[in-house]
Amino acid sequence: MELLIFGSLTDIVGTNKQVIDTPVDTEMLKASLLKQYPSLGQVPYFVAINKTMVQGNHPLQEGDVVALMPAFSGG
Amino acid sequence: MILPGFGLAAQKNLARARVLIVGMGALGCPALQYLVGAGVGQIGIVDPDLVSESNLHRQLLYGPADIGKSKVAIAAGAMQLQNPTVLISTYPIAIERQNALDLMEGYDLVIDATDNFQAKYLLNDAAAILDIPLIYGAVTRYQGQVSVFHFPDQGNICYSYRDLFPVEPADAISGSCESLGVIGVLPGIIGCLQAAEAIKIITGIGKSLAGRLYTHDFLDTSNYEIAIQKNHQIQTMTREAFLLSENHAMIDLDDMDVDEVSVETFLELKNKGDVFILDVREREEYPPIDFSDAQIPMSELTQQIDSLPNKDICVICHQGIRSVYAAQQIQAKKSIKTYSLKGGITAYFNKTT
Repeated sequence: MELLIFGSLTDIVGTNKQVIDTPVDTEMLKASLLKQYPSLGQVPYFVAINKTMVQGNHPLQEGDVVALMPAFSGG
Repeated sequence: MILPGFGLAAQKNLARARVLIVGMGALGCPALQYLVGAGVGQIGIVDPDLVSESNLHRQLLYGPADIGKSKVAIAAGAMQLQNPTVLISTYPIAIERQNALDLMEGYDLVIDATDNFQAKYLLNDAAAILDIPLIYGAVTRYQGQVSVFHFPDQGNICYSYRDLFPVEPADAISGSCESLGVIGVLPGIIGCLQAAEAIKIITGIGKSLAGRLYTHDFLDTSNYEIAIQKNHQIQTMTREAFLLSENHAMIDLDDMDVDEVSVETFLELKNKGDVFILDVREREEYPPIDFSDAQIPMSELTQQIDSLPNKDICVICHQGIRSVYAAQQIQAKKSIKTYSLKGGITAYFNKTT
């Protein structure tokens, strides 16, 4: 699956796009990202699958495009 | 004006409209200019700041001669010259819990052109209470966002900023344009989009961004649109709860030193059994845990602090961010020792499983 990374999260992950092995669900995805990038724990973000936001946990499928969106506060 | 779908009625609606713009910085300046140009009848502008040199590259209503002067006064003066028929009210004050409802009441819609989370949550909660559409805008480095909250989408559902991010993050984690830097044209684009949303809502033409979070990328000149989903745990605050939460906001929580403990230290505290473990996640959050003494969601915490025992408390949440804030609040109110589990339940499970 494809991972799109937005806002301040790109500083942590180091890229705005990644292709990764598809985890079972969004909680697994978040947990494995946190393991890889511990600073992600400091930034609240939500997950969208194929351009639709996810509330709570949601299964993932091969071919999904998953966006990680943090809160923006500048202006 | 000869534009299909935009006739005399639309122009009359604009002339009758009352719009409040909160923040007269890089988002507020272009939004104001285009609303004045469009002929919006009454516009209120709120900002306590004076013009400074570092503003000039992105806040184009101000020039070097304005440094040290009130932003709202300069902006209003410039706009009166551009369109003398527009009535502009200036509020050279910060939006606060005590004045937000009074300031916003009487306006048809509010533009969030602020640059910090505290103001954004305040505007969102007040707009929800007053049932006034809120046009949200924000930028971070090379990306900017726009959406419309508290205004029905095509399925007649109203969304809140809290559907995206239920709990106010610590401002330190994000930062403003002033501290992070931004290319002035980006907030210019976002401020113009906010004005465009306002004009569409006022005149009733087109389809607003209600229910959609629109993100613009400056570097790629691309955009990404996400359909917002309702968080059913989020309920509109009552006026009383909104005003009461001031007591906690007024305490300078940054001065409250919370002991952030590692998973190892947490396990020691837990095994000794002399610490009360409080889970502040919302009820539907995953995974459930069996080692907390109580679960009080962050959204309900301020009302329930008094019900907590008078012993050391360790607060835990998903990732260890909310829990720091919760621990600060508890410490401020109860003067007891508080801990926060660093990295939250995620760190706990990474370590113990």
